[in-house]
Parts: sequence; structure tokens; C-alpha cells
Amino acid sequence: MNLQEYFSLVFSDYTLRTITLGTAILGAVTGMLGSFAVLRKQSLLGDAISHAALPGIALAFLITGAKDSNTLLIGALVSGLLGTFWIRGIISKTHLKSDTALGLILSLFFGFGMLLLTFIQKQPNANQAGLDKYLFGQAATLVESDVWLMAIITGICVLVMLLFWKEFKLLLFDADYTKTLGFNTKIIDILITTFIVLAIVLGLQTVGVVLMSAMLLAPAAAARQWTNSLSTMVFLAAIFGAFSGVFGTAISASQDNLSTGPVIVLVASVFVIFSFVFSPSRGLLFRQIRFISNRRDLELQKTLSFMYHIAETHDDISHPHTIKILNNFQGFTRKTLQKLVDKNYVTLDGTMWSLTEEGFETAANLYNQNIKTHE
Amino acid sequence: MDTMKNAHSKDETPASTGVLAVKVDDLTVAYNYKPVLWDIDLEIPEGVLMAIVGPNGAGKSTLIKAILGILKPIAGSVSIYGKPYHKQRSLVAYVPQKGSVDWDFPTTALDVVMMGTYGSLGWIKRPGVKEKKAALEALEKVGMLAFKSRQISQLSGGQQQRIFLARALVQDASIYFMDEPFQGVDATTEIAIINILKELRKAGKTVIVVHHDLQTVPEYFDWVTFLNVKKIATGPVMDIFNDDNLTKTYGINYKVSVQK
Repeated sequence: MNLQEYFSLVFSDYTLRTITLGTAILGAVTGMLGSFAVLRKQSLLGDAISHAALPGIALAFLITGAKDSNTLLIGALVSGLLGTFWIRGIISKTHLKSDTALGLILSLFFGFGMLLLTFIQKQPNANQAGLDKYLFGQAATLVESDVWLMAIITGICVLVMLLFWKEFKLLLFDADYTKTLGFNTKIIDILITTFIVLAIVLGLQTVGVVLMSAMLLAPAAAARQWTNSLSTMVFLAAIFGAFSGVFGTAISASQDNLSTGPVIVLVASVFVIFSFVFSPSRGLLFRQIRFISNRRDLELQKTLSFMYHIAETHDDISHPHTIKILNNFQGFTRKTLQKLVDKNYVTLDGTMWSLTEEGFETAANLYNQNIKTHE
Repeated sequence: MDTMKNAHSKDETPASTGVLAVKVDDLTVAYNYKPVLWDIDLEIPEGVLMAIVGPNGAGKSTLIKAILGILKPIAGSVSIYGKPYHKQRSLVAYVPQKGSVDWDFPTTALDVVMMGTYGSLGWIKRPGVKEKKAALEALEKVGMLAFKSRQISQLSGGQQQRIFLARALVQDASIYFMDEPFQGVDATTEIAIINILKELRKAGKTVIVVHHDLQTVPEYFDWVTFLNVKKIATGPVMDIFNDDNLTKTYGINYKVSVQK
């Protein structure tokens, strides 16, 4: 199947449609919530939560023996939330910094989860196969009920976000100030964190424990490059996330042996790289271009004002001077001189230059501006 | 309360009305074992423009944060106009240190100032036309109206400080707490800010400012509190701003020429 076939089949084929819808919804909700995580400087929280969910999945299987995704995801939710509260506890009760707390909980829970997984795999019954799909995700196992669950939780999440938009924004920007205005910051905080945990748990089946945090961070980091408004950022992150889901699924479905989760994450990374380079206001490319052109302008202006100082001493402003004088001036090059000629500020005659009327005026104004800014 | 009768400062309107705006009793705050604030009793009369001065680590910011309930004290109580603080929140506005937030946050100057209206709006309710008008007025007061749509990271340090001030002005409070509003601002902004503070006092508001520049205390303020973990002294600048209290607070033999 190639990409074209995929897009013609996506509406008619049940499996393809389910998987595509699932990854699109997942990308949208994680992108949205990821914006909050990124702006709170809690980028790593997602990574810790997703790793912390692994022992929950294994324990849920050991206790119930059931392998349906809902049971296992409830286990993931419980241990994910537990990990989150432990992280909070460590940060508030000890002197450890948040990155230490995150790293600690991440490796502790993940290690315990791996231990349980190997234990389960050594068991004699054949039922245990397939639990390791939660490590790297397996989008192909998505069924319609999974997608419904995702859609409902995403719906609730959007609703709560719209309702508490003002409070979320306030807390993200200035938590102390939020307290003084009489808002219970704990409630807002728990709301945001719970939804982040929910979104991560929803994605475990599709993207897996290891790569899940990329779904949270990549769309948000890309979106931040394009806008200076929080609402636009959240919206863009949702769009980027959804597109990553759809394109990732399309690419992996049209090739053999490409698992969906990693491809989705790679597509999301392409969004990030593209945004980091090409965003008009914050992107590397345009920033570098602006930087170079500003430098050139300044060089030109400095040379012009240097010439002005020389010309000023003569009654005739267009009195010719030798180019050699300019060699003493740092920043002067043949190129800048040629540019000044092109702009009609200077005329050249052999090895002599002279300012034109226009050049003199411009330089005089430059000079006045300089004086003004110095005052 | 006899001292309050002396609170008249220079040519300006009489400050104190004899009513207590803020009363702090036995306030003690500690992060670990060592107290940051020890047994602070403080009475701030209504209508004063007060500086809190003290060396680094004296607990100046902590005092404000504890009064505002941002930090939980180990002991002590705070009352605002005779009632517990949590019942009087709407009377109090706060200007945090400029460095306490991330100025790269995706939002505009106007949006930040609008946040000052969120407290009176309460949960869920969105700001409307009335709130926007109040925010624009506050922006105009601090001379930042032209920058209302600017992304906040593209403002200078002084402009960011003005935005914070405008956000507090929107709250239309009776008592203003400000944490180093003059830090890292240029002379023009400093004059603009102090003029706004003096206007607030003229309107009968109480303004409490954590301040670092001892030289400007007599010129800017009419009331002062010396703090170094314990409260050293509090009262009218003309009465207590002297070398004796400065030495007690800063530990070294301090000499400041006090212009009266």
C-alpha cells in the first residue's frame, strides 16, 4: 500500500479509520496539554509520568489476569498519579530540585515495571504475551472503544480548559500572584496535572511508555515558535499533534515493518525542526538573516558618518578625498563603499571619493539621531 | 499611637488617619531550622507610604509573602483593617519581584494587566468590556498604553515593572504591597513609579514597599520599617531614620546623611 492508497482507504477501511482517528485525537489532546507542561517548565514531568505508569500496567495484569486495555490503563492511571504525587512530595518536603525528583521517580518506577514485566514473561501460561506493546506502543491494537474513550476524555478536557482558561493562564504565568487574588492554586494545579496524566495514559497503548513524552512536548515546542498568544499556541499544538498522528499513521501503514508510535514521534519532530528554523519571529534562519542585515546597515551607517566627519571640515561638502583615509576606519570595506555608491550617497572618481548632497543629508540626520539617543 | 500624629511628611497631605491598615502579631517564618523572620509585631497605619529596609536575607520579601499568605508562617497572625487577611483579600494588591515570572510567556502587556481583574471576577467568569476598560486606564496611568499589544518579552525591564504596577492598580485596592519595584529600572521609570506611589498615598491608600536604596528613603517615603530577621524599628521617617537604627539593622557603623 502506498500513501495514495492509504488516503483513499482511510475513510472506508474500518481498521485504518479507527487507528487514524485514534492517533489524531491523541495527538490533539497531548499537544494541547503539552503546552501547559512546557510553559510550566515541567517538560520532563510527562516523561516521568509515562514511565511511572509501567508498573501499574503490570500489576493490573497480575492482579486481574485480564488483558483488555481498559483494565490495564486503570492500573497505569493509578501508578502514574502515584508517581506524580511522589514527585510533588519530594520537591516540597526535601531540598531536592525538581529534575532530581523526576529522574528518581522515573527510574524507580520504570525499573520496577521492567522487573514485573520480565517476571510475567517467565510465567508458564501463554496469556502474558503482548504486554510489552506498552513499552513502544502498538497503534494497530486500537479498537473502536479505545477511540471512543479517547474522544470522551478529550472532550471533557477541552470543556474544563475552556471553563478554567483564565485560572490556568494566571497560574501558568504567576503562581504567587494567583494565590494573593484568592484562588486556590492547589485545585488549579491538580486539574492541570490530572489531565496531563490522563492524556499520557491514553497514549500508552499507541505510542508507548518510552516515547510518550515526545507527544506532549514536540507539538507544544513547535507551536510556541509561531505565536505570542497562549490560546493560539494551545490551538496550534493541538493541530500539530493531530497532524503528526495522521501522517505518522499514514507513513507507517503504507510501509511494511514501520511501527506507528515511533513514526508519529518522528513526524512531530519534523514539525519541531521546521518551526525552529523557519518561524518568522523566533526561527533561527530569519533571526540570523536579520542579525546579518542589521550589522551591514550599521557598518554602512558608521562608514557614512565617518565620511561625514571628514567632509564637514570643508566648505564644499563634495570636496574629493582619497580612499586611503578610509582605511584607518575599522569596518570599512570595498563592498560598503560600493553600496554607498549604489545608494547614491557617494561618488567615486579614481582613487578619490566625495559625498553627494543626498549622502551628506542622510549622514547629518544619522548624526542628529545619534545625539538624541545619547541624551 | 501618639507617634502617628507626627506622620505629616513635608508639604504633602497628612498621611495617617489613626486607623490601622495592617496589623501583624508574633509572625515567625522559617524555611528550615533557622528562622527567616522572628516574632514580628508590626502596625502599619492607614495612608502611609512605607519602606521596608534591611540587608540581604533580612526577610523583607518573606515578610510581604507571609502577610499575603503566599508563605505559611510557623506562628503569628495578620489582620487587615481589623479582620483576618483571607476575608479582606479584595483590599490588598501585590506587585511581585519582576524576576519571579517568565517574561517569555506567550501573552501581551494588556493581557497581564487584565489579570489584575481576575480576583474580583472570581472563578470561571471571563473578563469583559468593563475589565478591559479598567486595564487600559491602568496602562495609561503608568504611561504604557502605546505598548498594550506588545509581547511582554519585548518590553524593557523598566516597562515590565510598569506593567506589574498597572496590574496591581487595576485591582483598585486599599493596601499595596510591592517587592522591590525600583530594582533594575532606569531613572525615568523610577521617577514615574514614585509619582504613582505618591498619588496612591494622596488618594488615601497605604503603600508598603521593599526598598534597597537607603539614600532615597527620606525623599520617597514617610514611614519606614527596619528589618533584620527581627523588627528593629518602625515609625515615621523623620523620627526614626537615623544612624543608630541603620547601624542596628545593617550591623556596621552606618552613616547616612539624612536630609530633613
